[in-house]
Amino acid sequence: MSISPLALIAAAIAAWLAIGALALVRPHALRIARSLFAAGALVGIAIAAIALVALRGHPDTMILPLGLPDLPFHLRVDALSAAFLVLLGGTSAAISLYSSGYFRAEEATAPGLICFQYHVFLAAMGLVLVADDAYMFMVAWETMALASYFLVTTDHRIPETRRAGFLYLLIAHIGAIGILLCFGVLQGGRGDYAFDAMRAVTLAGNWPSIAFFLALFGFGAKAGLLPLHVWLPEAHPAAPSPVSALMSGVMLKTAIYGLLRVTFDLLHAQLWWWGAIALAIGLLTALFGVIFAAAQTDMKRLLAYSSIENIGIIVVGIALTILFKSNVKPLLAAIALTAVLYHCVNHAFFKSLLFLATGSVMHATHERSLGKLGGLIHRMPWVAWLALVGTLAMAGLPPLNGFVSEWLLLQAFLFTPSLPQSFVNMLVPVAAAALVLTVALSAYVMVKFYGVIFLGRPREPHLAHAQDAGIRERAALAALAAGCVLLGIFPVTVITAIDHVNEQLLATTVGRGGESNWLLLAPIATDRSSYSPLIVLAVIVAVVLVTIQVVHRLWHGRMRRAPAWDCGFPLQTPRMQDTAEGFGQPIRQVFEPFFRMERHLPTPFDTKPRYAVTATDHLWHWLYLPIIRATDAVARFAGLIQRGRIAVYLTYSFVTLLALLLFVR
Amino acid sequence: MTIAGLLSQLLQVAIALLLAPILVGWVNMCRAWLQNKRAPSVLLPYRTIHKLFTKDAVIAENASPVFRVTPYIVFGAMCCAAAIVPSLATALPFASAADAIALVGLFALARVFIALAAMDIGTSFGSLGARREMFVGFLAEPALLMVLFTASLISGSTSLPTIVDTLAHRELAIYPSLAFAGVAFTMVSLAENARIPIDNPATHLELTMIHEAMILEYSARHLALLEWASALKLFNYSCIGLALFFPFGIAEGANGVAILGAAPVLIAKLAIGGALLALIETLSAKLRIFRAPEFLGTAFLLAVLGMLVHLLLGS
Repeated sequence: MSISPLALIAAAIAAWLAIGALALVRPHALRIARSLFAAGALVGIAIAAIALVALRGHPDTMILPLGLPDLPFHLRVDALSAAFLVLLGGTSAAISLYSSGYFRAEEATAPGLICFQYHVFLAAMGLVLVADDAYMFMVAWETMALASYFLVTTDHRIPETRRAGFLYLLIAHIGAIGILLCFGVLQGGRGDYAFDAMRAVTLAGNWPSIAFFLALFGFGAKAGLLPLHVWLPEAHPAAPSPVSALMSGVMLKTAIYGLLRVTFDLLHAQLWWWGAIALAIGLLTALFGVIFAAAQTDMKRLLAYSSIENIGIIVVGIALTILFKSNVKPLLAAIALTAVLYHCVNHAFFKSLLFLATGSVMHATHERSLGKLGGLIHRMPWVAWLALVGTLAMAGLPPLNGFVSEWLLLQAFLFTPSLPQSFVNMLVPVAAAALVLTVALSAYVMVKFYGVIFLGRPREPHLAHAQDAGIRERAALAALAAGCVLLGIFPVTVITAIDHVNEQLLATTVGRGGESNWLLLAPIATDRSSYSPLIVLAVIVAVVLVTIQVVHRLWHGRMRRAPAWDCGFPLQTPRMQDTAEGFGQPIRQVFEPFFRMERHLPTPFDTKPRYAVTATDHLWHWLYLPIIRATDAVARFAGLIQRGRIAVYLTYSFVTLLALLLFVR
Repeated sequence: MTIAGLLSQLLQVAIALLLAPILVGWVNMCRAWLQNKRAPSVLLPYRTIHKLFTKDAVIAENASPVFRVTPYIVFGAMCCAAAIVPSLATALPFASAADAIALVGLFALARVFIALAAMDIGTSFGSLGARREMFVGFLAEPALLMVLFTASLISGSTSLPTIVDTLAHRELAIYPSLAFAGVAFTMVSLAENARIPIDNPATHLELTMIHEAMILEYSARHLALLEWASALKLFNYSCIGLALFFPFGIAEGANGVAILGAAPVLIAKLAIGGALLALIETLSAKLRIFRAPEFLGTAFLLAVLGMLVHLLLGS
């Protein structure tokens, strides 16, 4: 008898929990925590491998007699959850390996405790992906939120970190209410919260739309969709780097998973206008994220805003899938969905890589501000070169992975045939333009990120003593970078795997259709569109090698070093390089309406001239502060009747009783 | 992929490599004539490149390997683009390796590498140039893609050979969508190739330079490769423009004879295009850098208009 993949996955998740519990035995022993992190990495690899098998298999279900009496946990693994389990296992394996070399004894939280929270977080994400009833889904979802809250506040001695953690927890719960209500709508009044029962229910009237928008709201809060994104740029920089990597790379994707599960699995039919609204929200989120990323001066905040951008791009893909599926264009819907899943995996890889690289930079330099870094490629060559791969991938450049998903998404946009809604037909090309603008801007952001941190000259003297990352950290970074390259040059293999999800949700495939082969990606036909990253890479490498040979043979290879020329200017200091503020200035100027800017300009008479500019988010002032003020006012009003004397409270009870007797009778 | 196909592919790249510096020389020559100056020889760019190759490379003390590999990568990306752009023939084997979107990606790859190399030395001019180049790039890239999208919508394909085939076999008429796209493409090409009114290829005036500021620290063979690559970029853009808007006379097979037959037509078209470029550069003045968004925004809107016109009128 063979063991079902689901049982193996459940066992692996239990192994994560066991590792976490073991770490609690001696919470202050750093070496034990480190080896447990390494064991967690092995479990991650195992989950990815099992899920790869499960991706091809039939849906598999299981009932665990846990939880409340009469409410057992239902588990299920199908192609959709297997795809996300591969992402979870693969990415977390690298991050765990990195963590095993990263955490130090001087963190504010004991290493064993971090290890416990970390593995509970991983296990909760795994359970979210295999949950097959709303009850278990919510339990896992909330465990995930709580575990990550404690991880975000690892450095709880800093007030900003506590504040960021609180904001995160608050928005996570507002989102959870949305998800809870969504499941309430989906069960259709039958009271059965198993997903199978929900699939069987056909909702009448406007209820499917209500369910979809509740899901968009609830999962959007977790993913960082506008306007519920405010926690993301606060929480990601506050958390330790491996945790930021895990949250940005994997946790945001569980929200995408939830949205896909509700939209395409639990709901039967999709309406086109859901897609139109989601398209607008996704594009706004993407543009907003990238514009703010360009203006940031803290490296982790910059990456956090870029995560918002990438989530926006993913939601654009989901919106297109809805548009095409509701208009019965299965192939295009499948291309858009492939782009969504591909981008989820890509983002998990390159964003984790970059967050981990910032972790190494912070350990080596104790700096997070871009204005105090520079020239680290000389001191930290390993981290710098591996981060370059992530940078190019995130900038969406061929032949790396970020480009493939963007290419697929643009294909979906371009082959929009005449949809019945003429207004949408006009909208789609303009949306494609906005998407291209976002991608082009992300290249700007990445040049800023990489150039300011790793290139140029050190902006502070102490950077000259920075040390390169340790061997485990390097290995983890190298694994993620290799992933970025492989995902970039073998797109057809990846798409054939993703096709199992397409088959489940849309009953179409992309990879096997068209004229694709292992070398050439052509989702429809070669004369419609094609892309072969391997050939592009081979041609560039060949030209580079031949050119080097020819130049050195025909002429010579002599070279000498001299001081920088810089148009002959004699005085050059590292402070004359562009700062992060300077590099972001054109963006701030062009997109001025997006920012709420406060400038402090010096006058000619200042003895100590000072220039300061802060660019903050309009939404915080337009949306959140009014809500905060209203809550405050209501609380103060409630405070008025709160007198703290028992006689007054007894009077309230008496008056209430009288009023009830009078009106209700 | 046959041997003959591979050979004709190599032939196209070789012709592109040879013609590119002459195109730059020709534009400079025309501009000198238009400005009443004595024109330098059309072969001057060749002599410059050869001179640079013979010199000793001098690089800054704190240059990292990124700085040294960039010229080769940029040159490689441009050669790869030259293999993909249907300049002489449409049925070449490498053309399917990248469609119009991937081609724009290749140009972006080259741009990002030059910008990174410019920031590598840590001089004020280098980072200024990098910032401005990325600034112009993020405005120009969407406009360029919109132009290509318009052509793709007309031909129902993003593959450049198919686009050229479709456009070459249409009735000879003025299509409003392509007219809009053509103007937009011209504006984008000026910006992307560091020409007036966005940049000035002949200047080393500190406050105005973009491309020159980025390659300021390069010398000898590295500079030669970068110069050659930027000539190739101009050649590639010209060929994309010709392929989209004047696709007539391109070889539709992949044999060497057809390619050699198409070469004179291409040279004639490039000569006219180069003269027009010189005319535009002579007639316009350089814009302030913060006027560039207006210029490129106009290009972008024209391209979007072209696309909408196509969707509305179907032509």
